[in-house]
Amino acid sequence: MTELTRPIRRLLGRHTDTPEPDAVPESPAVTEPARLTDDPSIAVDIAESDPLLAYLQSASGPIEIARLELDSPAVRAMREAGVALVVPLVSQGELIGTLNLGPRLSEQEYSTDDRRLLTTLAAQAAPAIRVAQLVREQAHEAAERERLEQEMRVATLIQQQFLPRELPKLPQWQIAAYYGPARAVGGDFYDFIDMPDGRIGIAVGDVTDKGVPAALVMARTHSILRAEASRSNSPGEILRRANALLEPEMPARMFVTCLFAILEPETGRIVIANAGHNLPYIRTDDGVVELRATGMPLGLMPGIRYEETEGVIAPASSVLLYSDGLVEAHDPNQQMYGFPRLRQEMAVDDAGSELLDRLLETLHRFTGPDWEQEDDITLVTLRRASGVADEPASDGQAGPALITAFSIPGEEGNERLAMDRVAAAAGGLGLPPARLERLKTAVSEATMNAIEYGSQGNPDVPVDIAVETTADAIVVRITDRALSGAVPTDAEAPDIELKLAGAQKPRGWGLFLIKNMVDSMDVTSDGSTQTVTLTMAREERTNG
Amino acid sequence: MDERQFGAEITEVPEEIRLRLSGDLNGRADEALASAYAQVAALGPRRVSLDFAHVGYINSTGIALVVRLLAQARRDGRAVRAIGLTEHYREIFRITRLSDFMEIVEGDAA
Repeated sequence: MTELTRPIRRLLGRHTDTPEPDAVPESPAVTEPARLTDDPSIAVDIAESDPLLAYLQSASGPIEIARLELDSPAVRAMREAGVALVVPLVSQGELIGTLNLGPRLSEQEYSTDDRRLLTTLAAQAAPAIRVAQLVREQAHEAAERERLEQEMRVATLIQQQFLPRELPKLPQWQIAAYYGPARAVGGDFYDFIDMPDGRIGIAVGDVTDKGVPAALVMARTHSILRAEASRSNSPGEILRRANALLEPEMPARMFVTCLFAILEPETGRIVIANAGHNLPYIRTDDGVVELRATGMPLGLMPGIRYEETEGVIAPASSVLLYSDGLVEAHDPNQQMYGFPRLRQEMAVDDAGSELLDRLLETLHRFTGPDWEQEDDITLVTLRRASGVADEPASDGQAGPALITAFSIPGEEGNERLAMDRVAAAAGGLGLPPARLERLKTAVSEATMNAIEYGSQGNPDVPVDIAVETTADAIVVRITDRALSGAVPTDAEAPDIELKLAGAQKPRGWGLFLIKNMVDSMDVTSDGSTQTVTLTMAREERTNG
Repeated sequence: MDERQFGAEITEVPEEIRLRLSGDLNGRADEALASAYAQVAALGPRRVSLDFAHVGYINSTGIALVVRLLAQARRDGRAVRAIGLTEHYREIFRITRLSDFMEIVEGDAA
């Protein structure tokens, strides 16, 4: 019934004075009038509130306009335009248009035969016209979808261009970061900026809005923060100057929330200023504390000052900076993840696991497997080593950092999508072009296997893909739902001679290619999922 | 989806027939490639050149299609060569040893 909620524009046959010995009803027209300049038709709009609509909906055949007693603007318009007969076009109970006819050229009344003919014609034409309308609507929707997807790809590219290519390597600190874009790609960002005296500037921000506009504002904010961080040692001053620069050029209804922190790695002292962003949590021996600082988001109004607060991250303590995509995630019952839950998770002092991994794990348990991520999620965690000799961070190596994580529908052909998204994420991570090409092929093949075996080609069974970076390698994890059990990893090696001789099927190259493209491939399974981990060193590893 | 429609266009040059391939060479290219080769076979050339210059993506199923075409050409007593492959796909043709059974021409062939 959606057609009835819109004004219906249909054409009206206009009377002609040319005498016709065998008068027939004028050709009805149901196309748009504006383009048919030679067409003797004019348009009649029927407003959705016009009572004629309800009347036509229930009419059983052609209606003589002259005899119609309805207080209807459309009926008046039709009379003025010379319409004599209106034939409703109804398809599956839905009024989709009308055939409007002027008087017969012979000036006689429409006969019973004419009406019967018109009724039959309308009954046959209505479904065909409805199909044509649906085809046109679908073509329009497909074009719109394609446009949005293209925009999304551009936004993703811009977004990922500005993510740090590597995490700071600080002795006694374990730093991890995660950026998970939503399907519609929001405006999240994070950055690490080297500052004088070994200090590190850390920015986490979120631009309102989504898509390309948000990505462009994010890019601009990112550049301004970097430039201002080179001129000042004060987070409050950096945000004040950033706001002064952004405010005059900020598009309407857009602004940026941003937390800017400066860390002194030697002492654990951290100073923050906040432009309307979520407050960081610090986990200490005494529990979780929030480091509070207030200030307006960037770009909203001029002349804003930002207060600063400082704290100390003691040995064995952690700090979490995050965007609201995490706390505003929903479970299948529409319960929000929320701050109390995050604080509770933060309080768990589990030195054996990486805080960031654990937060993501609990988030995914909370949202369930069918979760469609509503907003970008950004997490940055910093853990200061306890100073004990076996501390994992004591070698100064940063742990693996998640660059992106996403899911694709488990449908044939989507391996191309996975490959392109991994390439976009890994493209800025310093992998030489030839090695990136090899990684792309391995990801494509491993995803094809995951789709074929793990999802059995079912688009409702997703394949999860995560891209991580370590100091010397890119790691891609491809997790499927193992519907067909484990993906075979010990298949017979393909032999080109046997294949050419017909003794082996032409197929069966996937696993072979993966193993030859990356430095290592590992497969793990927990019964319900299987994960293929592909590791590609940034530089070619020499043998021996 | 970002997939590019596969195409195969036949061109006759002296001594050989060139199949100018375009788009993604994956499982969906099966029929188009088989049909193109059938047309080539009907013309009876001594050699078929597969022009990959406009193919942006080849996956393992696409490799299998090349293996099948090569097997058929060998049965027909016909040589096959590959032109226009990127460095990455030349590497894949080497690793799979396809290059032991078909000439791989770097750059655009005369």
